Amino acid sequence: MTISWRSDNGCLVKIVVTVKQVPDPNSATLLESDNTLARDREVVLDPGDECGIEEGLQLKEAHGGEVILVSMGPERAKDAIRKGLSMGADRGVLISDVQLAGADALLTARALAAAIKPEQPDLVICATESYDGSTGMVPPMLAELLGLPQLTIAKKVEVDGSTIKVHRQTADGYQVVEASTPALISVTAGIAEPRYASLKGIMAARSKEIKQVGLSDLGIERGEPGETIEGIADAEARKAGAIIEDDGTAVDRIIQVLAQAKVV
Amino acid sequence: MYFTDAHEELRLHIRKFLASEVQPHLEEWEEKTFPDSIFKRFGELGFLGLRYPPEYGGQGGDYFSAVVLSEEMARAGLGGLGMAVDVQTEMATPPVFKFGTEEQKRKWVVPAIRGEHIAALAITEPDAGSDVAGITTVAKRDGDHFVVNGRKIFITSGARCQWALVVTKSDRERGHKGYNLLVIEKGTPGFQVTRTLKKLGMHSSDTAELLFEDCRVPVANLIGEEGDGFKNLMWELQGERMIAAAGAIAGAARIFEYTMDYAQNRQAFGQPISQFQVIKHRLVDMGTKIAAVQAFVYQTAAQWDKGEYPVREISQAKLLATQVACEVADDAIQILGGHGYMHEFPVERAWRNARLGRIGAGSDEIMKEIIAKTYGL
Ligand SMILES: Cc1cc2nc3c(=O)[nH]c(=O)nc-3n(C[C@H](O)[C@H](O)[C@H](O)COP(=O)(O)OP(=O)(O)OC[C@H]3O[C@@H](n4cnc5c(N)ncnc54)[C@H](O)[C@@H]3O)c2cc1C
Ligand SMILES: Cc1cc2nc3c(=O)[nH]c(=O)nc-3n(C[C@H](O)[C@H](O)[C@H](O)COP(=O)(O)OP(=O)(O)OC[C@H]3O[C@@H](n4cnc5c(N)ncnc54)[C@H](O)[C@@H]3O)c2cc1C
Repeated sequence: MTISWRSDNGCLVKIVVTVKQVPDPNSATLLESDNTLARDREVVLDPGDECGIEEGLQLKEAHGGEVILVSMGPERAKDAIRKGLSMGADRGVLISDVQLAGADALLTARALAAAIKPEQPDLVICATESYDGSTGMVPPMLAELLGLPQLTIAKKVEVDGSTIKVHRQTADGYQVVEASTPALISVTAGIAEPRYASLKGIMAARSKEIKQVGLSDLGIERGEPGETIEGIADAEARKAGAIIEDDGTAVDRIIQVLAQAKVV
Repeated sequence: MYFTDAHEELRLHIRKFLASEVQPHLEEWEEKTFPDSIFKRFGELGFLGLRYPPEYGGQGGDYFSAVVLSEEMARAGLGGLGMAVDVQTEMATPPVFKFGTEEQKRKWVVPAIRGEHIAALAITEPDAGSDVAGITTVAKRDGDHFVVNGRKIFITSGARCQWALVVTKSDRERGHKGYNLLVIEKGTPGFQVTRTLKKLGMHSSDTAELLFEDCRVPVANLIGEEGDGFKNLMWELQGERMIAAAGAIAGAARIFEYTMDYAQNRQAFGQPISQFQVIKHRLVDMGTKIAAVQAFVYQTAAQWDKGEYPVREISQAKLLATQVACEVADDAIQILGGHGYMHEFPVERAWRNARLGRIGAGSDEIMKEIIAKTYGL
């Protein structure tokens, strides 16, 4: 792909935001007999992707351009796209196909890549990981398939001409990482507070385009799964902690315990 | 039947906004009243202009979009703030928008839609409430000004407003043709807030007493034709009562749900109290009344939305919805017992707030007088 931070003044961007519809995080997670997530419950736009949309919209407001939402999911995933369109995104693409049921991360990434490629975006925005599957594998796979540099776990993004700079969240601070566009970034929930859609935005979204495509439109096949779920086990219950009664030596004994655990 | 999926999407955004930016502050605002800045935030999000056309900064929605806002405010238990928002969107600005000139709309409605102005509506006086025609605030024409003298009382947002739509009487005795609606801006010499009043409920709002002493108001601030004030005010009161009904019944529904949940979980004598027949039946009565009135409120709102002028139905809806809200709140306290009487449970506040419904925007008795007239009694 060529570097095309489109336009004469280097300031008109085409941004694709990937958006996933997930079971409402406020309700309990249930699994089907084949260990896939039960989907017959209230679903919402992934809250992480809401932040991605917000960041996309803010970049568009600052630089001009277009925000396109791409989702893979069943027919009703249109609602998730619609919500992003209500917030102000320009149009959507829904990849929907019975063949995609139970897709693993690689197939998800292949399908998304096939839908995104023809758009030739300057920037692809994903959330770092989804609320339900949360493998965190889709963004790196997508970057690879699109041949784009990836800047991950971004909590701040700056665009200057054809350079994109992010603050990459780390355990004890952040790194400043730079790449040239086109590029893919995965963002944290801290990057931007998603806006509330206005009624005007909601009504305008009703006439925005959501193009629906299947596997054959994208020219890809399902292929062998790269990832299957072999089994599911409950996390081990936490054991009760040791209680150290204070007989005057408690401080020393606590230090001993911590030293044994190599905490101090 | 009445709400589209766009309304439902709006509802979710409003609900999320209220939960994250309003409800966390409610306790504080019940003590100190809400900060003006929250109106700016409502304005930014388009919630103060849901029904106004986009040319004026509005959202171009229908009447049910206003109903959604009012219901969500009530469902969030916002009381006084909900009332102040209703005053802004459904009481003070509609007459300016409907009867005002282009210039007047730009000057007063547009900033109110943005939340930069907070507006009040001043009808009631110390010696005239139900008897609107009995007001004595006089606006005497003097060249290109009206000179206003009089007092207004119980005015919601009166202390904080940037302008009030004030109902006045002209000096000449002209019966119902002798009234004028004037926008009077804060800072106009002679316009004074004499005090704010302590009250039973709706504590997050301010309720003020206003004094006009030789207050010179430009004729350009007259809304509608000179002498049409009373007729135009009667139109305003329909919208005011309609939204009061919608908010009251939504508030009742919230308290009912809360009480159902409580009764099913509270144990006494070895069983949930909802299993005692008296309480079970009381809950059923609450739910049944709410369901019936809710349906009637929506039906009437649909008439109002279509541009009909259903005075009887609006008066009936307002009368019933506010009465049911009071009954439900009272039943809820009974079912919660001592907990219901405590400040930390929401029914205590709901009970205090609901009581206003049967007095404001025309009392029960006035609703019945109006309904009686429509029956030819
Ligand atoms: C126990 C379990 C059960 C599962 N059950 C199912 C199931 O029943 N059906 C099913 O489809 N998947 C299911 N998955 C997920 C599936 O295996 C893949 O992991 C999934 O398709 C994509 O990966 P992810 O959700 O982990 O994405 P992550 O890599 O964590 O997602 C990061 C970001 O990538 C983007 N993204 C990911 N997926 C999509 C998408 N579909 N559309 C648009 N953008 C996307 C979003 O921006 C997202 O925030 C399950 C996962 C687990 C662990
Ligand atoms: C918290 C709060 C906020 C308010 N906000 C505003 C506001 O923003 N703007 C505004 O203008 N006003 C406002 N009001 C005033 C409200 O509209 C009046 O209180 C109401 O209209 C009743 O008038 P009143 O208090 O003068 O009662 P009165 O008119 O004195 O009535 C006293 C009693 O007599 C009854 N009565 C009166 N006439 C008749 C009759 N013909 N037949 C039978 N019974 C009758 C009444 O029903 C009532 O029970 C507010 C009031 C409160 C409490």
